[in-house]
Amino acid sequence: MPLLDSITALEGKFSLLGKHEFRGETTLTVQREDIAAICRFCKESLGFDYLIDITSVDNFGEEPRFEIVYELSSIATNEHLRLKLSVSEDEPAVASVTGIWPTANWHEREIFDMMGIGFTGHPDLRRILMWEGYPYFPLRKDFPLAGKPSDVPEVAFTKAAPLEGGPFVTLPTTATTKDREPRARRIED
Amino acid sequence: MPEAHAAYDSKVEGNVIFTRVDAAINWMRKNSLWPMPMGLACCAIELMAAGASRFDIARFGAEVMRFSPRQSDVMIVAGTVTYKMALAVKRIWDQMPEPKWCIAMGACASSGGMYRSYAVLQGIDQLLPVDVYISGCPPRPEALLEGLMKLQRKIDGEQALSEQKRVLIEAFS
Repeated sequence: MPLLDSITALEGKFSLLGKHEFRGETTLTVQREDIAAICRFCKESLGFDYLIDITSVDNFGEEPRFEIVYELSSIATNEHLRLKLSVSEDEPAVASVTGIWPTANWHEREIFDMMGIGFTGHPDLRRILMWEGYPYFPLRKDFPLAGKPSDVPEVAFTKAAPLEGGPFVTLPTTATTKDREPRARRIED
Repeated sequence: MPEAHAAYDSKVEGNVIFTRVDAAINWMRKNSLWPMPMGLACCAIELMAAGASRFDIARFGAEVMRFSPRQSDVMIVAGTVTYKMALAVKRIWDQMPEPKWCIAMGACASSGGMYRSYAVLQGIDQLLPVDVYISGCPPRPEALLEGLMKLQRKIDGEQALSEQKRVLIEAFS
């Protein structure tokens, strides 16, 4: 089904919060409660048989704080559709889409591990990169780059890394490489 | 103490050498260093290259990569040690029998390298004693061989008997 028809079908069936198009890519903002039904409809009726990725965004300081982004694709028609939804910090939970695309299993575990957003109905919601018992969610914006000390006896420990005034960032400039090179810079610099 | 003495015997002439026990032990140890290849990242590719024919770590007696820590003499920590892996590396080190040595190969194993982050141990020397650090990201195989030769020189200077067999020496003196 052409992408425009797919979007029309989605708009007719669900109440969408927004539609955004940029360089031929369409992003639909959907309601959090609808995501499982929308995904099932996309897969079974619109032919989006391939879930490329699920990612999460931390808009720290805004409310709702988190966004989850689903990248859908169709192998047959090579069409791409992006779904976005917002999750508040007070109730960080979304319905799992593991039953629709099995590949969502590890993607959702990664978001759970790194951002601390739960997925209801997930068959095996454990941390995937960090270990059980690690007390933080490292990709949240309020988590320092250097990390925080922690200790799970016999499993793993962490220490804060010495940043020596960093993090070290480059400057986008046409000046010499000396001006561009990675240095410890404050945001106001 | 009896005077060191070897009777002249034409049957064994040329088959007898005199040396110190320390020197003999050190010579045997440094020329048969069996590595425990702790390959954790891209340094392990260079470690494999050092083991292959072009660079040929066998020239220094260290070609016998043992994947059992109980048969190893030198742990070559080649790569990024994440906190998730750190205690496993430590456990494998603890399973290696004495005498044992450790080479921290590359920037990550030496200091955490470019990973100043929540997930990476900032140098394996926080968990176990390192004998030789090798710079590079990753180091070339020649650099690993140079590190190995540095370790050989270090072993050559050890008081193998008096440091590690103190009980034996006290019993027989």
